[in-house]
Amino acid sequence: MATSLIQLLLGAVAFGTVIMFGCIGEIITEKAGNLNLGVPGIMYLGGIASLASVFIYEGSTDTPNKLLCVIIALLSAFIASALGGLIYAFLTITLKANQNVTGLTLTIFGSGVANFFGGSLNTLAGRFEQIAVPFTSAAFKAVTPLSKAGVVGRIFFSYGFMVYLAVIAAVIIHYFLNHTRRGLNLRTIGENPAAADAAGINVTKNKYLAICIGAGISGFGGVYYVMDYIKGTWANDGSIETLGWLAVALVIFTTWKSINAIWGAYLFGVLYWMYLYIPGLTRGSQEIFKMLPYVVTIIVLIVTSLRNSRDKQPPAALGLPYFREER
Amino acid sequence: MSETVIELRNVTKTFGSVTSNDHVSMKIEKGEILALLGENGSGKTSLMNMLSGIYFPDEGEIILNGKPVTIRDPRDAYELGIGMVHQHFKLVDVFTASENMILGIDAKAKLDRKKIAAQIKEICDKYGFVIDPDKKVYDMSVSEKQTLEIVKVLYRGADILILDEPTAVLTPQETDRLFDVIRNMKKNGKTVIIITHKLHEVLSISDRVAILRRGQYIGTVNTSEATESSLTEMMVGKKVELNIERPVIENKELLLEVRNLNCINPEGIKVLKDINFDVYGGEILGIAGISGSGQKELLESIAGLQKNEKGSSIIYYQPHARDESIDGDQLVGKTPREIRDLGIRLSFVPEDRLGMGLVGSMGMTENMMLKDYRSNGHIFANVKKPRMLAEKIKDELEVVTPSISTPVKNLSGGNVQKVLVGREIAASPTVLMTAYAVRGLDINTSYTIYHLLNEQKKKGSAVIFVGEDLDVMVALCDRIIVLCDGRINGVLEYKPDGDNKDFNKGNIGLMMTKIDYKDETEGGKADE
Amino acid sequence: MSDNSAVKDPFVRVVKRDGMKSGSKIAVRIASVIVALIVCGILINMITGLNPLVVYETMFQGAFGSTRRSFSTIREMMMLACVAIGLAPAFKMKFWNIGAEGQILIGGIVSAACMINLNKLPAIPLLLIMFVLSAVAGALWALLPAIFKAKWNTNETLFTLMMNYVAIQLTSFFVSKWENPKGSNTVGIINSNTQAGWFPEIFGQKYTLNIIMVITLAILMWIYLKYTKHGYEIAVVGDSENTARYAGINVSKVIIRTMLLSGAICGIAGFLAVSGASHTISTSTAGGRGFTAIIVAWLAKFNSFYMLLIALLLAFLGSGATEIASKCKLNDYASDMIIGIILFFILASEFFINYRLVFRKHAKEEA
Repeated sequence: MATSLIQLLLGAVAFGTVIMFGCIGEIITEKAGNLNLGVPGIMYLGGIASLASVFIYEGSTDTPNKLLCVIIALLSAFIASALGGLIYAFLTITLKANQNVTGLTLTIFGSGVANFFGGSLNTLAGRFEQIAVPFTSAAFKAVTPLSKAGVVGRIFFSYGFMVYLAVIAAVIIHYFLNHTRRGLNLRTIGENPAAADAAGINVTKNKYLAICIGAGISGFGGVYYVMDYIKGTWANDGSIETLGWLAVALVIFTTWKSINAIWGAYLFGVLYWMYLYIPGLTRGSQEIFKMLPYVVTIIVLIVTSLRNSRDKQPPAALGLPYFREER
Repeated sequence: MSETVIELRNVTKTFGSVTSNDHVSMKIEKGEILALLGENGSGKTSLMNMLSGIYFPDEGEIILNGKPVTIRDPRDAYELGIGMVHQHFKLVDVFTASENMILGIDAKAKLDRKKIAAQIKEICDKYGFVIDPDKKVYDMSVSEKQTLEIVKVLYRGADILILDEPTAVLTPQETDRLFDVIRNMKKNGKTVIIITHKLHEVLSISDRVAILRRGQYIGTVNTSEATESSLTEMMVGKKVELNIERPVIENKELLLEVRNLNCINPEGIKVLKDINFDVYGGEILGIAGISGSGQKELLESIAGLQKNEKGSSIIYYQPHARDESIDGDQLVGKTPREIRDLGIRLSFVPEDRLGMGLVGSMGMTENMMLKDYRSNGHIFANVKKPRMLAEKIKDELEVVTPSISTPVKNLSGGNVQKVLVGREIAASPTVLMTAYAVRGLDINTSYTIYHLLNEQKKKGSAVIFVGEDLDVMVALCDRIIVLCDGRINGVLEYKPDGDNKDFNKGNIGLMMTKIDYKDETEGGKADE
Repeated sequence: MSDNSAVKDPFVRVVKRDGMKSGSKIAVRIASVIVALIVCGILINMITGLNPLVVYETMFQGAFGSTRRSFSTIREMMMLACVAIGLAPAFKMKFWNIGAEGQILIGGIVSAACMINLNKLPAIPLLLIMFVLSAVAGALWALLPAIFKAKWNTNETLFTLMMNYVAIQLTSFFVSKWENPKGSNTVGIINSNTQAGWFPEIFGQKYTLNIIMVITLAILMWIYLKYTKHGYEIAVVGDSENTARYAGINVSKVIIRTMLLSGAICGIAGFLAVSGASHTISTSTAGGRGFTAIIVAWLAKFNSFYMLLIALLLAFLGSGATEIASKCKLNDYASDMIIGIILFFILASEFFINYRLVFRKHAKEEA
């Protein structure tokens, strides 16, 4: 019983880390007033960029450097995801395209790019083995000796570094948004862009920055999924897309507070994996059980709309375009 | 003393086909209180928005302390020491006062809420404000929000403050307090520009008055040499004895009986308090009051668009129904559609023309359909009649539009209003309600509207006219109800062949602003 | 005259247009598609080394190279158009129904259930029952978010999005229930012997009925949105809920009624996918069409005939890219990539229809 509980926790943390990155990146974007439904596409871009760059690097040298592998993976993922965000930002801010439609297009584009290269990288590179970057994956999954320290060690220290990175990022973003002037300025844009503009805050620049950095962070979700969760391989099974949408759902669940993403993400993980640990479920009823995270999100959505508490609402100008000379 | 701080040269701004400011050249002196006077739509706000960096001029230049400057955005304006308090406050509801204070400045500095609170207190003490730095904006009253906006501008070190219609939302006491603060600011060497169209305020607060008329700069005068009538003349062009006719109708018939009308808005504030009055066919009933005194809720209650408290009653009598002692219909609790289905011809020209009265993205024809598209028995909407009506209105009211299928949001304000009023009158209403029917319209269009309303009155309809220009109301209306803070503060009646010395805008102005007006005079017969 | 050298106007400003002629609008959109196709051609050339002209020839071969291919492209187009037609009334009302994916699946599940359980019925009654039940199922699936939106203004974008995943899990549940053969975790081709519940061949073609149904729906939807009272109400609610209330329109009722309709048509799309195409059900039965169709409906400004055209373009790109991928031994996700790029360009082109750019004037016209 205790072992399976630990198993469940470990699974939940791994699962939660993927969506936590997606979620906190999206929180930054939404705090700037943009609803980016391209999160799944961005996570795809991050995942494939890290895989492809490391695949090329690992293939180009006989003695790959672990640290370099990790840096290459993270950097290329951040750049690729931020570029995805940049496309979205350019279309929605500068060209004033509809945010939802642009976001969905980004998801289609990102999943197309990622799955195309994920499935064709070996052919394109003229190599015929299955794409795998076991060396880099091992670096991502490396743990400290603390993980051997009994139950506590297993529960708290048996993860790759990105698990901790996600938590730290969530805390930093929370601090940034609530305890710095820049964070306050950013939230102003999402709440009332006209007020931000009148206060001398550069709405366009900040929106661009928030969207691109937010996308970069969301993209790390894809990196963690590829490098740690599925051990440095690629699967064209649409999992990243599902996780991406869950990340969007998690944003609502956290009521736009990144600090809540830490426990929220793990809770989603527990809900997602719970079916494995409930005895007597058939394969069919397991599928029903897997609905839980979505159902919970729907309930949270309904409850927040009924409660109507001023401090738990989405940013007031979320999804609305801003054009100063509008009359 | 008279050192020029800002000079505008040939500043021009157009929006689409509308010229908002037409080659405006004027000077503002250091340390003065300048009133910028003009009617609605004369271009006061857009001119000031160019100083504060919200708009960028199409043409012309701005010279500050002798140097040409470019104000591309509000940040540029702040750096030049120009700050503006907008009529629609630019505050973030979910933030506290101190958080709002520091938006956009010193982005690199630490967010030290205590220190900011102390700085706020310092400014407040200097000028005589009261602000709670930790209060969230959504918990603040309108006057608190305005105070916050002014302190915000001072906090940013502005030397030139622009206040856009600051008194529109204030009670008289709050206005007095604001004026004290403005005088304090002047004492501290600040230059204050106050946008307004209220003459008595101009005379009481300003040193000089600059006047705009339909986008053009008319001139600047010293307040000490100005009178209400000289300013009016500059504002409206020639000395206009408002030449609005007021036909006399015999046999007025009771059509609406409003009793104990109460209304609480979604924020939980009581916006209508025990309203009682009657409306007669063959009269124009004016409703006066500073904006937000309950006018909107009153009209919407009659139109079936507001929820009213228990015990509220609005009874509608069909014409001649009372002669035959037929009971009236209770309108409270009914939807607009249910009211129409009772055969009641109620027309309503709401304040928000494109957001409520019309569908902006649709052409005239489709907008004509809005209220009677259901009239036939089958599933298809009737298009023929509305198209004919649209053509008729376009011709008769001279609506300027490329075609009757052009989206109405692309039309100018006056033409939008002609479409709306035209449609509402075409329904041959027994009760016609209009809210700010001539706001933003030019003189000619305004007179067209007055004429249309009088036509309705002559036909025996009741016209309810919510207005803001008291001169117009005094010339047009047969009776005027004055609202103050959701309550009827008085009723004035024009007697066609009697003594009308009480029927003047001074009286109305008093009733609009004094909460306890009733206790001081016996003039108004306020129902309580 | 003062020295103007210190004065810098912004280099370029954006100004709203008062309106553009419809001819120019179409020209801008066509131009954007052409530019996008050129960009894609260059991109494919970079990846595969194929000559861009050969690329498009290959794509054309893939999409229309044989009767069979033409029909499968047209089937795909009809499927996409059907979902877009279903979404059009909801989006015209500004109700962000991101839940088409789920509504399609629910319609598909019901169709499959009928095929499995009612396979003894004669063909026509069976098809009719499937048609009706899948429409009802899709409508009910859309009803839930609609009610919450209408009564409590619950965010419909995220609600319908989540409903997709509930529907996917429900599909997985039924897949495991109907699994055939055991252990395969797929349903397999249903009624492969009897073909009960399959669309019949008409004029010797398997997909004739798909075409007839979707074209009929397209025409009906065009009439519904343009000429009926319901269509008018949808347009008013979409422009301004306040105006709708002012006009005496019951906004909640319109929202619920429109979403029932929208969900029903998406459910019918599920019926088309199962009964008229794949003859099986899986979690990929909707295959992202629920999302792509949103963009189709949006770009077509909810006009049925534009929706058919855009659906044709996307179906062509899909089949064409698949052909290129198989020729070069690459995978066929290339089509999503190309579709994404084309859509980006079309979205961008809308800007030039609604706004114009004003560049800095160099000479000041002051005397």
